[in-house]
Parts: sequence; structure tokens; C-alpha cells
Amino acid sequence: MTTEVGSETEVKKDSEQLGPDKAKDKPEETSGTPGDQKSRETSSGEAQDSSVPAPTSQSSPSSQKKEKSSPESKGISRFLPPWLKKQKSYTLAEPRDEPKKKATGEEQVVEESVSQALEGVAQPRRSLEEATENRQNDKEKHSVSSAEIQPSKEDGKETEVEEVAEKKEETQEEKEKRETKEVQTAEIKIDNIPKKSPKKIKTVQCKVMLLDGTEYSCDLEKRAKGQVLFDKVCEHLNLLEKDYFGLLFYENSEQKNWLDSSKEIKRQIRSLPWIFTFNVKFYPPDPSQLTEDITRYFLCLQLRQDIVSGRLPCSFVTHALLGSYTLQAELGDHDPGEHSSDYISEFQFAPNQTQEMEEKVAELHKTHRGLTPAQADSQFLENAKRLSMYGVDLHHAKDSEGVDIMLGVCANGLLIYKDRLRINRFAWPKILKISYKRSNFYIKVRPAELEQFESTIGFKLPNHRAAKRLWKVCVEHHTFFRLLSPEQPPKAKFLTLGSKFRYSGRTQAQTRQASNLIDRPAPYFERTSSKRVSRSLDGAPMGISDQSLLRDFSATGGQAAGDKIIDLEAAGQAKLKDGGREEDESPLKTPQLELTQDGKKKGDHIFQVKTLPGKEKQWITMPWTAGAKPEETDKRHASRAEGPCTGVSDADKSSHETLDIVEEKKQAEFGIEETLVVDETNKGKMQVATDAGETCKVEHVSKKDSSSLPSDSSSSSSSSESEDEEVGEYHPHHRAIEEVIREEQEEEEDMKRKEQEENTQHVEAIPEGSKLNVPVEHTQVTAEDLVQDNTVTVATEEKNLSEQIKQDVGEEKEEEQLKLNGDVSHIDIDVAPQLICCSEPPVVKTEMVTISDATQRTEISTKEIPIVQTETKTITYESSQLDGNAAGDAGVLVSAQTITSESISTTTTTHITKMVKGGVSETRIEKRIVITGDADIDHDEALAQAIKEAKEQHPDMSVTRVVVHKETELAEEDED
Amino acid sequence: MEMCLVGSQWGAAGPRAALYALPAPAAAARPSSLSAVPAVRPPRPSPSRSMAGLGGGLAAFGRCTHAVVRALPESLCRQALRSVAGPEVDFARAEREYQLYVGVLRGKLGLQVLELPADESLPDCVFVEDVAVVCEETALLTRPGAPSRRKEVEAMKRALESLNLNIVEMVDENATLDGGDVLFTGREFFVGLSRRTNQRGAEILADTFKDYAVSTVPVHDSLHLKSFCSMAGPNLIAIGSSEAAQKALKTMQQMSDHRYDKLTVPDDAAANCIYLNVPSKGHVLLHRAPEEFPDSAKVFEKLKDHMLIPIAATELAKVDGSLTCCSVLINKASE
Repeated sequence: MTTEVGSETEVKKDSEQLGPDKAKDKPEETSGTPGDQKSRETSSGEAQDSSVPAPTSQSSPSSQKKEKSSPESKGISRFLPPWLKKQKSYTLAEPRDEPKKKATGEEQVVEESVSQALEGVAQPRRSLEEATENRQNDKEKHSVSSAEIQPSKEDGKETEVEEVAEKKEETQEEKEKRETKEVQTAEIKIDNIPKKSPKKIKTVQCKVMLLDGTEYSCDLEKRAKGQVLFDKVCEHLNLLEKDYFGLLFYENSEQKNWLDSSKEIKRQIRSLPWIFTFNVKFYPPDPSQLTEDITRYFLCLQLRQDIVSGRLPCSFVTHALLGSYTLQAELGDHDPGEHSSDYISEFQFAPNQTQEMEEKVAELHKTHRGLTPAQADSQFLENAKRLSMYGVDLHHAKDSEGVDIMLGVCANGLLIYKDRLRINRFAWPKILKISYKRSNFYIKVRPAELEQFESTIGFKLPNHRAAKRLWKVCVEHHTFFRLLSPEQPPKAKFLTLGSKFRYSGRTQAQTRQASNLIDRPAPYFERTSSKRVSRSLDGAPMGISDQSLLRDFSATGGQAAGDKIIDLEAAGQAKLKDGGREEDESPLKTPQLELTQDGKKKGDHIFQVKTLPGKEKQWITMPWTAGAKPEETDKRHASRAEGPCTGVSDADKSSHETLDIVEEKKQAEFGIEETLVVDETNKGKMQVATDAGETCKVEHVSKKDSSSLPSDSSSSSSSSESEDEEVGEYHPHHRAIEEVIREEQEEEEDMKRKEQEENTQHVEAIPEGSKLNVPVEHTQVTAEDLVQDNTVTVATEEKNLSEQIKQDVGEEKEEEQLKLNGDVSHIDIDVAPQLICCSEPPVVKTEMVTISDATQRTEISTKEIPIVQTETKTITYESSQLDGNAAGDAGVLVSAQTITSESISTTTTTHITKMVKGGVSETRIEKRIVITGDADIDHDEALAQAIKEAKEQHPDMSVTRVVVHKETELAEEDED
Repeated sequence: MEMCLVGSQWGAAGPRAALYALPAPAAAARPSSLSAVPAVRPPRPSPSRSMAGLGGGLAAFGRCTHAVVRALPESLCRQALRSVAGPEVDFARAEREYQLYVGVLRGKLGLQVLELPADESLPDCVFVEDVAVVCEETALLTRPGAPSRRKEVEAMKRALESLNLNIVEMVDENATLDGGDVLFTGREFFVGLSRRTNQRGAEILADTFKDYAVSTVPVHDSLHLKSFCSMAGPNLIAIGSSEAAQKALKTMQQMSDHRYDKLTVPDDAAANCIYLNVPSKGHVLLHRAPEEFPDSAKVFEKLKDHMLIPIAATELAKVDGSLTCCSVLINKASE
């Protein structure tokens, strides 16, 4: 075993080097790696050159991609009808156009897009039909596709099992719902499930490494979701407040992934052995608010691991203090008789434990006399939570200049470290969007004071998977700590790209609520002595060596998969048995394990980056793509440049255009946002005119609308399973508004207040009635250049509410404060009885600025502003019946609700707002109908129909405003 | 002039905090909004046992038992480093001011003051703050940015050793750090990157005080970070009004997980004050005298909960000195 471990490094190197080759044989295993490398090559060549290397490697990668994309059924491809899928190949032709395009400028882009749009017009329809069909077949496809990944022997059983499995899942979901109220009963339920369908199901043995160093194993049905295992583990641990925890699996020594409980385990771990680690996933900022001592105990165990491994750095004094509480919790009061002088050295308190520290620990231990174990744990946590790295999940990255930095995700936001120093911080309220594309990770942040543009900050992650992992962690942390309830995954609108991953568990708010209902006597549990985690001869803690053991497994397992030889489960189990034995032999073995770890485990040795030998290898040197690159342009590049990644070569024009349309379709969503902004502008110009922050807020509303569109659940869930999506986006705020937790909103309020202050200034600066400020923030309009998108807004209201209705519902209080402060933002600007406002063609100013250092922020200037011409028309018909009292009176928002419905070509969002204003209650209904589609939709008719419907639905109300916002691709003239 | 009155908030300042307070109007509205927030559960009563770790929270901020000072050498008048040429230092007056300063610490506040003898070969030796950063039981002996000052460390080392602190020395020859660039808020460190302090120095500081976040703040127009800011209370940052000071504050706001209140004073130099939490006297604030900075003194006078002690530093100010520069404050747990 020793030798085996010693050679691990080499083995790994081999597998790394061989990666791309092996990929040919075994796409599903290594797909990530070669894909990444290719995309790296691609992007390093600035996308244009990618057509050059492609032909040579075409045959195998292309088939690989195809194979991969169909079983994974991710992104678009799963929605694409076969004829569309073929055309992936043509995208290869695309990049060749790139340089040309660049050279000739935007006109060419427009021209090209015209022809594409023209030809493409008819196609979405077809694809739509196809897509629906596809959805129906979805499940079937899944089972088939998953079967492809599995060894063939299982094929037969798969279908048989499926029904049962589904039933199980249903029960599972039901269970989750109840859980909130009947925690305990729910727990029991899990147990029953397997019994219902005992023998048909193929089971797999799972191992879970627990925080106390013990191992839990159980049999799981092969298609079980992560939740099943997680629940079993929590049940085993007698843990009710489980939402803070999660299961990890290691892809390799340094890549840990959280098991998504809403998805099948098998699909997540793929060919890795079924070995997991139970860990704290969300570190509660205030552990004293946890309900049960047992939860705190597990948190303590986690923190002890974090400290000993060096993940959580502490000063000498803190090490000693925390160690003394550990002793108190595990040994009780110091007993001079029982505790001989060296009793302490059996424990591990710090990565580098000294005699001096042990003496200090002993000294402090004596002072804790009388503390119960639970109290000692509490004290431990009270101190640990103040550590600056408490709950910070670190990820390696590079900034725009290629400098190594660390990105830390925590409850409050994203922290940027360079070496040990914090160089920037982005609180969640500051972040508007989190996205990743290939190995790049982006955050879009609110403009700082006096800045006009949102800036997008990019970071380079070691690889695509790392970028996605970071993105997911961000999405999860944001949801858990800042939302009241998790949001639904984005709608599975047909033909969308990117990850739909969303956090599906309970949020901190929910889990606190649920744990308030916990009503059981404090469960008895035994505090396992830290001696288990204690040093052996060399000082390596067992817990850690266990982990490296795991890594060992996963490495081997992965390799095995690569060679298609070994039955994974068997391998895993055999190894695990070794693992079991190892506990006894550990003194001998651990040293090597530790060594390996040092070389490999970057993640845990946060600050040793520079000295790690293995490092260079993992940091594929790729020039950071131009620092100031407009995001949207980037996106369009992507739609083309990423084509080659799909790796086929032929060039059939019509179909690659279709793919483009597909891409554009997705982006058309932004158009909707933009529409909303403009619309908003008309209502309360000062709100939007120059204030980007506000714009974003509005954007959220629309986003929310779109995300609440009905979705095909099966397709969305499955598509999000794919681990290889190239892109993903997440708008931290878009549902925000009512949902963001109030108590944690202070920062946001600050921010808003600032915005409001800015607004005030702006209002002063803008001459009354000037509408020219409208185009300011069209950061996302680019998307529209190829798609026509018609938005009709019908606002119905009893009284004209001049101030902005979509003001955050949850923040009326703040609004009041603002009024107190004499804010002017509620001035009614819609004084003109009839407004017909045609905004200028928006000039899209999107700029990507890369900043990693807060201090540089203000010095940044726009380097590159792409100008994309689209035609955007906004026409507002305003009823003349305005009542004058609107000025200055904000009213008090009583209720607000949003209903969204969707048909093939239209999306209707109904916004009902009730306000009390000057003693009068008024209801305002705002309907937003987005008509997205082709020439053959009669927009005028649709508009008329919409107005008519609105009138019919609310006979007692009057239509006060109709805003038509039309976005047409510029050169397309036959469509008005 | 911006200013916010925060005296009433001290009691309410809980462990959770987000960003800094905003300018006056917002801050005025805050206390009510905070108290209206429903979901903040009061932390569980924990065993009433004060902890040594991590500063024991905010309650201990400003606690201080010892101070290390150093007498001024006559060479200071002509040879001390100064950023702008100006009138010569009046040594007699400088010494009177210094004696008053030491007298306040020792007599009025009851600290044990260790006074190191002056060294004529070290004209800047009175500014002891720059050569050591002490936080809890750990002292970091710095490597001052000005080569002429490096020898000042030796005497400080002996003094701190006599106090039984854990001493860390900055030996890296690429590192420089002046204590004047280090602002400890009780929750985290901000380190000004100035002509005297570099990144490496800040890293070593971060290494030394691992419990705390250490964020860097560029300092361009002043000698030190603390030339225009300091702590005026737990959670309260005194900040000058200059553009550079405000910019630095914004950077700090952005970097911090905590929200601090701020006390904006018209004069940058007046923002350098000394806050102490003295058991028998409560909040004590040593600030620059009204004769020097009348407008700023008025701002300080609005701090009703503070015992205010104006101290002039007209002479040392000529060589970039201020109040915090002349002492290293140490809180030794009673043993």
C-alpha cells in the first residue's frame, strides 16, 4: 500500500498527460479535460484560429462530442431535432468569418445577421415542434442515455427499475415537503422507501466518511438521488438541522464537488467510486442560533478538521484557546490526577503543534472548569466564527494580469485574496450577475458611486470545471444566505444554453424556521474523542489521511474508468476495505499519504500555493483574454467560436444559421429585460435615466418573470445535470426584491440609499421632460441584433401611479426613510398627458473591465465600446386622465403580486400592485406581454387583442398607458 | 462638513455588521431601522466567561494596560524625516507637549508607561508606533520603511520582551512596514500601502495576526494611513475630509464585512486620535487640541459618551507626527 500511494503522483501525471488521447476512447470519463484544453487552445488563439487545428482532430472529437452531448442532454442539443444537431458541424465555418467581421466592422455583422434572421425565421417554429416532441421523449432518452454510460450488462434492468425509481423520487419529494413540519416522521419515511421495492432494484454500496472520522456505509439504489443518501447519513447521525451540511465527492485530489441532492448520484459522480465525505457546506455565521447542540457538535468537528488541515488559519493564541475548549468538551474538567502532563499531545490542535502550544492549551483547559461539553462547544464556535477565514470557501484563480489570487466564497459575498491579503470584496448585494464561460468566471457588479457602467470582472480559473464549481458554490451560497426561499431553476425555454443549476435545498431562513419546530429532547450523542483525529507518529491527523485515501480511490477509480476495464463498484469496495484496515496501520501509512496530499491538495493548503510543486501543471498558461472585452460581444463570439468545440466540420449554411438563432433566442431574453428598462424609464424617468443600479433592479423584475415561466420539469432537471455546460448565469437579485432576507439587507439598503442619493443629483441635472437619457444603460441590447422581439406593455390602473411601482416590495420601509431624507425621486415626471416617445436607436455600450483590486476601480476607463445597431422603438400611449396628486406622494405598498403565463409566442406577465396613498387604496395592474417571434405574427393584432383582453378582465379599471416597445433587427425592413 | 453622531449606537452594535455607515442623514435614520429588524435573535446567553481569544469581541476594544513611549532626542529638530520643509521644531515646546502626553497616559489614565530613553542617533525615535504592532499578546516588530529608522526596533524589542509578549520579527529584507500604516479596528486590519509600507510587509503582518482579515489600502498623498484616520471608538472610524482620506475610507468600506460608523472631521491630521477604554472612566478619547484644529475639535466635542482629552502636538506635527505615533499601547491580561 505504501508503494502504491507513493506512486500515485506519477500515475496521475500519466493520466493527465494521456488525458486527451484517452478521451478518444472514453469520452464520458475525460470529456472535461480534453474539452477544456481544446477550448483553451481555441480561446488562446482568440477563437479565429480554432478552425485550423480542428480538422486534424475532427473525427474523434466530433464523435466524442456528439456522443457526449446526447447522453448528457445538456444545453441546446437535447432540444434540437436531429437535423439541427447535425449542423453543429457547420459552426466550424463560423470562426473563419470572425476576423473578417472584425476587420470590416459592425456593418458586416448586421448584414450577416440579416440573412441569418431571414432564413432563420421559419426555423424556430419547426424546432419548437421538434422540441416539444423531444420533451415528451425526454425520459426515455434519459434512461437510454444513461445506459450508454453504464456497462452494457445493466441495460436490461434499467427500464424495469425505472418506474420504481420514479415512484421513489416522488415519495422523496413529498417527504421533503412534509419535512418542514414533521421532521421526525419524515425521517422515518426514508427508511421505508427501500423496503417497498426491495429486490428489483440494483443497489450500490456507498461509503460516507463522517466528521468524527468514522465511516458509514449503506446500500443505495443505483438511480437514487443525492437526497436519499444524504437523508440516510443524517438519520444515521441523528441530525435534524441538516441543511448546513452536504456530501462531497472528490474528482481527484484537489477537486471536491458537492453532491447535488436533487439529482441522481450516478449522474454526478459518473465513474467515480461511491465514496463521499460528509462536511459542513454552509457555515452558519452565528452558530449560537443553531437549535440543537448536536448540530453545533458536528460544526465543531468540521472546524477542528479545518483548523488542523490549515484551511482555517489561526494565531497561536487562538489555536490554544480552541484546543482548550476541545479538551473541555471531550474530557471534561481538567483532572490533575487523571490527566498526566502529556495527555494533551495525543490531541491535534494545529497544523504545527508545539510543546509550547500544548502547555498553553493545558493551562487554558484548567480555566474552563465547569463547562459542559455543549457549553465548551459553544465557546469554541463563538471564537471560531470570528476568524476571518471562517466559512470561506477558497478557489484558486488568476486575475486579468495572470497573477495568482484566491476567490473566497462566504456568507456575505465574494472575497478576493492575493497571497494572504484581502484585496477586494464583493458583497452579494453588489453583485448583479454571476456567470462562467469555459474556464472564466465573471461577476457583474453594480456601478460604484459616480460610475455609470456596471462592470464585469473576470477571473481565470484553472479549468472549465473549476469555473463551474465556483459558480455553483456562489449560486448556492447566495441562495442559502440571502434568499428566503430557493428560486426555481430557470425555465426550460426551448433552445437555451448553459447551466440551469440552482440551489435546491432549504435556505438558511427556511432551515431556521424549520428548526424552530424541532421538538425533541436533546438527543444523546457521544463526543468521539479527537484522539481519533489525533496524531500518529508523524502528526498527520487521521481525518485527513482518510481523505487522501479517498483521493487515492478516486484517482484509481477514474483511471480505471478511463481504461474501461474495472468494475467501478468492485474497485471502490475493494479499496475501501483497504481503507478500513488502514485505520489500524495508519502510523506507517499516513506519512506518505500526507506527502502526496501536500503535493496535490492545493485547495487545502491555501497559502502554500507558491511552493507546491504540482502547481505549474495545473495552471495551464493561457493568456487572459483581452482585459476589456465587451461581454455581449464575447457572447456572440461564443455562439460561433464555441461551435468548433462541438467539433464537426462541414459547412452547410442554412443550418449553422439556425444554430445562431438558437443562440440569439437565448439572448433575446435580455431584450426583454431591456424593454422593461425602457418602459420603466417612461414611467419614472429619473429612476432609470442615469442610474445603472436602478436599472438592474428593474432587470431583476423581468428576470423573475421569465424564470417563473412554466417549465418542463423533467427536461430542466435533466439538462442541468450535465456537468459540461460551457456557460452558466445567475442573477443574484432577480427574484430578490421580496425574497431577500430583510435582516441581512442593511448593506443593500445602504447601497440603495446611495443610489437614491445619486438619483437625486441626477434629477436635478436633467431638464424636466427630457427623454434622451433612455438609452444609457442598454448594456444588454446587443442580443437583439438578430432577433426581432416585440414587447407590448399594457398598464391598467385605477389611478395613475406615477412613481415606480416595481419598487421593491420588501423595502417600503426604506422608501419611507428615503422620504424622510427628503428624497426627490418620487416626483412625477409623466406630466405630459400624452407621450409618444421614440427612443434613439440604442447604442450598446458594454464594457468589460477587469479589476481584481478594489483600489484600482476608480481609475478604470473604457477601452472598447462595441457599437451594435439595432432598432428599438418605444412608443408610449398615455391616457390623459392623470390625477395631479401623484407628485411626491409615494404611497404605501400594500401588496404586490406577479403572475406569469406563457404561450408559444407570447409571455404575459401580470403585475398587480396595491398601494395605499393618501388614504385611498389603489390597485394597479400592469401587464407585460412579450411577443417574441417571426414575421408571421401580427403584432398589431396581438396588441389589440391584449388590450381587449385586459379590458375584459378588468372591466372596472381603465387603461392608462400602453407602452409598445419594439425591437427589430435593423436591416429587416419588411417587418415594422 | 460631514459628521455623524453615533454615541447612542454603541450599545446596539452587535456582532453582525455589514458595511460602513453612510453620511449623516442615513445614519440618523439607522438606529430605528435596525431595531425594527425582526429576525435578529439575540445571541444565546453564553456562560459569562470572558475569553482571551480574538480580542474578546468588541467589549475589549481600546482596553489597555501598558504603553511604550520614547523620549525625544534633540536631533529630532533638525534631522527628523519630514515630508514637507517648514519651520523648525521648537524642542522645548515639543518636550512639553510630549510630557503632557505621557502624563495623561500615566497619570490620568493609569497606564503603566515604559519610557525608553532617547537616542540622538535616531532622530525619529519618538515615533514608536512605527516600529511595533501589538495586538493582544502578539507583537510584530516591523521593518520601517525609512532605512534610518530600522535601528529604532532594537530598543522596542527589549521593551516588549520585558512585557512577555509573543514577539515576531520582520526579517524579510523585501518587506517594509510602518506601524503608522496599520489600522486595527478590533475586527480586522487595514494596512496602508504607502511609501513606507509595501505588500510584503502587509503579508507578514497578515501572517502574524492570522485570526484577522488584513486588507490593503493604497495611501498616496499622506505619509501613513493613520495620517488621516484612526479609531475613535469601538466600531467608530475617525476620518479626515480630504479627497484622499475619503477615497481610502471607501476602499476600506468595500473591503470590510463589518459596518463601521464614521466620524468625519474637517482636518485630516485631527482624525488621528487615540481611543482608550479605561475601566474607571469608560470611553476616553485623546484628540488634537482646539487651538490647533478648532473645527475638528468641535466635532469631537459632540461625542457625548467620551471623556475628551485635548492634547496639542504642534511641534511633532511639523515632522509628520501626531498622537498615535508616540506610543505603542498594549493590553496585558492580568496575571
